[in-house]
Amino acid sequence: MLAFILRRALQSVAVLAVVGLIAFSMFRFAGDPVNQIVGADTPVAERAEVRRSLGLDDPTLVQFARYAGNVLRGNFGISYQFRQPVASLLAERMPATLELAFCATVFALSVGILMGVYCALRRETWLAKLFQAVSLVGVSLPTFLIGILLIFLFSVTLGWLPSYGRGDTVRLGWWTTGFLTGSGLKALILPAITLGLFQMTLIMRLVRAEMLEVLRTDYIRFARARGLTTRAVHFGHALKNTLVPVITIAGLQLGSVIAFSIITETVFQWPGMGLLFVQAVQNVDIPIMAAYLLLVAAIFVTINLVVDVLYTVVDPRLRLSVGKAA
Amino acid sequence: MSDTVLSVRDLSVAFETRRGTLTAIDGVSFDIAKGEILGVVGESGAGKSVTGAAVIGLIDPPGRIAGGTITLRGERIDDLPPERMRRVRGRRIGMIFQDPLTSLDPLYRVGDQIVETIRTHTDLSQKAARARAIALLAEVGIPAPERRIDGYPHEFSGGMRQRVVIALALAAEPELIIADEPTTALDVSVQAQIITLLKRLCRDHGTAVMLVTHDMGVIAEAADRVAVMYSGRIAEIGPVADVVREPRHPYAAGLMGAIPTLTQSPGRLAQIPGSMPRLTAIPAGCAFHPRCPKVFSRCRVERPEPIPVGPSRVACHLFDAQENAA
Amino acid sequence: MSASAGEAALPPPAAAPRSRLARFRDSDLWASFKRSKLAIGALAVTALLFTLAIAAPLISPQNPYDPAQLDLINSNLPPLWQAEGQAPFLWGTDDQGRDVLSAVFYGLRLSLIVGILGVLVSGALGIALGLVAGYVGGWLDTLIMRVADVQLTFPAILIALIVDGVAKAAFGGALDTNATIGLIVVSIGLSFWVQYARTVRSSVMVEKGKDYVQAARLIGLSSPVIMLRHVLPNVTGPVFVIATINLALAIITEATLSFLGTGLPETMPSLGTLIRTGNRFLFSGEWWIVAFPGLALAGLVLAINLLGDWLRDALNPKLQ
Repeated sequence: MLAFILRRALQSVAVLAVVGLIAFSMFRFAGDPVNQIVGADTPVAERAEVRRSLGLDDPTLVQFARYAGNVLRGNFGISYQFRQPVASLLAERMPATLELAFCATVFALSVGILMGVYCALRRETWLAKLFQAVSLVGVSLPTFLIGILLIFLFSVTLGWLPSYGRGDTVRLGWWTTGFLTGSGLKALILPAITLGLFQMTLIMRLVRAEMLEVLRTDYIRFARARGLTTRAVHFGHALKNTLVPVITIAGLQLGSVIAFSIITETVFQWPGMGLLFVQAVQNVDIPIMAAYLLLVAAIFVTINLVVDVLYTVVDPRLRLSVGKAA
Repeated sequence: MSDTVLSVRDLSVAFETRRGTLTAIDGVSFDIAKGEILGVVGESGAGKSVTGAAVIGLIDPPGRIAGGTITLRGERIDDLPPERMRRVRGRRIGMIFQDPLTSLDPLYRVGDQIVETIRTHTDLSQKAARARAIALLAEVGIPAPERRIDGYPHEFSGGMRQRVVIALALAAEPELIIADEPTTALDVSVQAQIITLLKRLCRDHGTAVMLVTHDMGVIAEAADRVAVMYSGRIAEIGPVADVVREPRHPYAAGLMGAIPTLTQSPGRLAQIPGSMPRLTAIPAGCAFHPRCPKVFSRCRVERPEPIPVGPSRVACHLFDAQENAA
Repeated sequence: MSASAGEAALPPPAAAPRSRLARFRDSDLWASFKRSKLAIGALAVTALLFTLAIAAPLISPQNPYDPAQLDLINSNLPPLWQAEGQAPFLWGTDDQGRDVLSAVFYGLRLSLIVGILGVLVSGALGIALGLVAGYVGGWLDTLIMRVADVQLTFPAILIALIVDGVAKAAFGGALDTNATIGLIVVSIGLSFWVQYARTVRSSVMVEKGKDYVQAARLIGLSSPVIMLRHVLPNVTGPVFVIATINLALAIITEATLSFLGTGLPETMPSLGTLIRTGNRFLFSGEWWIVAFPGLALAGLVLAINLLGDWLRDALNPKLQ
């Protein structure tokens, strides 16, 4: 078990190293970093001086090592547009993104599983067919269109919910939260639905397909033959077996939620990391782009690792084979 | 035969398909007495398993019981509402499936599955149910049951799992057990053990058993009486000694010819030419007539009804003709 | 480069065995098509939108890319059926006096061009890499598939955004419109190749062991020829399904990039750009500037997706 976790952790580090290399290459080779620091009319000698002071004359490998060292110490460089350390910019924006992603995931999981189970158990009802049709639309429509539609309905037409920003936030140490104020909570609703809708439809379709599959298995037939109540068969046996593969996919989706928040944050002008990243792409702010890439990669890799470990906890078969392999 | 447990009269099962109604079981009648093992044999598709599923009320849509009655100890059960039929399943009729590897829910400990079944059908406390589960595991021959009860299904071998499945079928002391190909998926060496176990349990508890199999060896070994099925109808039913040693129906005779014996000189096993018709193309008259070596004109137009011949009942015009001639 | 190589290599060797295969499939496909009302509707909508896109210059009342044809006097007019609507602006005008209907036709055209080019690039790249990975195997296979694994964990939009940003940094922002289109096409191509590569690779692995490939090798056909002649026709079905579904994804990706302000410029708007500009007027009541491009995009993507779904089910009855 421990050996398995260690092996997976090592793989994760390897992936991170590759992403780090890409981030470094962006930093180093996409445009001349010197140009970002000095003006266009700076004399050549001064340019060379800046170049030397930045260490850009060193061998590439040395530069990568230095970059990696900096990153590990939390130093992602200075933003070109804001002239501030990237790390503090990201830290300032992180709570907004994480709270939004959390709400979107809770929404996607709870509603997605509920609707999926309903569609699997009551396959022929009109409501199940409606869910199926809506899910097809949800999977097809671009996130930003859904966001605009929600704003049009609930902000412009009905005036119930705010269309941009986080509302009032409360500072807890370095973390700012919107969970503690009414306006903060209200501001979360539309962005969370927009961000979670795609994952929700995905989870719903997955749960439905998985559960229909499980309902056909021998052990479900046997559970029926044992005279168990329909509730025990459906929720004790079928649902539990359905959720094992769903966990993996849903877990992996959590990572995409954070990446997809780029779009949602732009639609709702949500002051998170995604909005920062989009502004960085628009203004060619390479340090922020590189740092964001690394951060998202780190989040993905961590989630993958956690999901793998969780999987072995839920499924006794894997626990054993993993134990044997170790 | 006075102590009849199960009585099936003129049972028909139909499947609605887009192309019309297919009759899988057509006018099947038989009884099983207390402590008796009735073997049901036939090729795959002959309707053996569907008969078992009909008795326990587990025919999946689009299939349905189209006619006839099923009575358990004089109480009609084929028309019970679903919730009352559920209480019959597991409590009064137990079932054993073919593949022990897939019959148990992989995510639950075997003990939990037995306790769940016991507590669904009795008022035993958790503790008492667990004690009974351990006793059951011991009875079906699982070594160290007080330790193995906390094992997961994948930690048991195929034969041991089938013992667990039998323990589950016996959990609420049912009057009838339907064993659907209980040994087919097992190693040859384990098959004999499971059959011996089934026979002993049936004798000790006085349970009636409907043993569905395509293996004549298993029938000869375990059954008291045997029903030979062909194309959804019973071709011949009678005491196992008569049917095996002196089969009347040409199809039954062909089946018996296909059993290797020690006394016969080694050579090719007898084979019935052709194959069983599909449900979509059952011929007129006797369904067996295109393959029958003794076919005559009446077989092609008139369907034979079962006629008493000695202690057996045979659905074949040959015997009707003989009686007429006598 | 890989695109042109892939395209050039695709049709001729596949032609002979495919025509028979196609005839067989067509009959099956046709039967299932006629059964599905949804598929017929989706095809009708897709065909209509394609026609509008192709015919845009002929049927639009105005060329929205030509600043000379825009008149600020006509700005922010509502659709024709509202009180202040004016002919010929059926769907109203935006703040530049641009006819929304014309802008949607041209935007549709641009979105489809970028989407189709993106699919061609990613398909060619993915098929080429999949063939190489499956046939050559060894470390090259490991490398390609590892890269695919890592990339698959990142959403395509993130990869497209980063490729876009890096390219802008490298070329210093001095890109004309055609170069921007090329850049977006490449970003999309690099974001969506993985699925093709995986499908083609696994199919190659299966076919590699089959008798006819061994036999072809025995009669002296060289490896690349065997691959193209025999493996490609077998993967056309799945690849076509992926391509259809990816066309919708590519269109969404372009629209999203444009919406985020890193795609096509406002002087040459795609549907995404139109929605981006229109979004600013949502609160001031000029809903038509965003609504019509939004509807066009939604209809286009939904219709293509439905077609793709149906095609997948029809070609792969097992997956249902």
